[in-house]
Amino acid sequence: MAHPVQLGLQDATSPVMEELITFHDQALMAMFLISFLILYALSSTLTTKLTNTNITDAQEMETIWTILPAVILILIALPSLRILYMTDEINNPSFTIKSIGHQWYWTYEYTDYGGLIFNSYMLPPLFLNPGDLRLLEVDNRVVLPIEAPVRMMITSQDVLHSWTIPTLGLKTDAVPGRLNQTVFTATRPGVYYGQCSEICGANHSFMPIVAELIPLKIFEMGPVFTL
Amino acid sequence: MAEEDIETKIKNYKTAPFDSRFPNQNQTNNCWQNYLDFHRCQKAMTAKGGNVSVCEWYQRVYQSLCPTSWVTDWDEQRAEGTFPGKI
Repeated sequence: MAHPVQLGLQDATSPVMEELITFHDQALMAMFLISFLILYALSSTLTTKLTNTNITDAQEMETIWTILPAVILILIALPSLRILYMTDEINNPSFTIKSIGHQWYWTYEYTDYGGLIFNSYMLPPLFLNPGDLRLLEVDNRVVLPIEAPVRMMITSQDVLHSWTIPTLGLKTDAVPGRLNQTVFTATRPGVYYGQCSEICGANHSFMPIVAELIPLKIFEMGPVFTL
Repeated sequence: MAEEDIETKIKNYKTAPFDSRFPNQNQTNNCWQNYLDFHRCQKAMTAKGGNVSVCEWYQRVYQSLCPTSWVTDWDEQRAEGTFPGKI
């Protein structure tokens, strides 16, 4: 979950998110370097006493400051595309779990081996236990296994929603009439939070997603964990 | 495909496998096609007096993929005769 006054990304819980964080840090560093270079050049230009009002052209410099940014952009684009294709890799999921958005709650369906279906509503502040997170806790969490590829099928019963868990690097729109697939593999157990990411009416801010990631062996025992 | 293969395949079913006909994010047609395939298979096998259990694969796949509300709606439409697909 996010911490107060958090500036950066949450720690990764999936390999794809680890790649995204690394890429983000590298691209941001490139941007900071370029920005500070420009800021330095600008401030020296504005504060220098040396002036020349007869400059007409500067072909060499113009060539360099055209080619160099193009090269930098290519060096940013290549890892970006690599990660983009990595998110779409073919893998054989072990489980398929459906997440259906409603106004204003989520329904989770586990139907690979039977019919476990339940709704997940945000806990109103009056119902929170001490230590719970306001506007983030739900009554029924979606329980998922770690270290196994999990396929989530996301759709909506009414309007657009978006099913998000930042620490897993997941954000998939819930579109009525369409079934969107997203696959992830979690690396460590824990409870991870996300919030609906597509405006969907009055309580759009109050339909969070809470994923409880448990060891694979316990998950395979079946839905005793929801009782 | 020999019947023995399909029986073992159904027995070892874990979840809907990757289907190269639907490689992208939008899996709507994957769900729709398997729903159609199951009911077409069921209709054909009952018409010929064959073993309907071979059709179970499609049923497992569409149950894994399709939201239950969609399946319920389609089942009602089939019962009413308003189902848009060709079975």
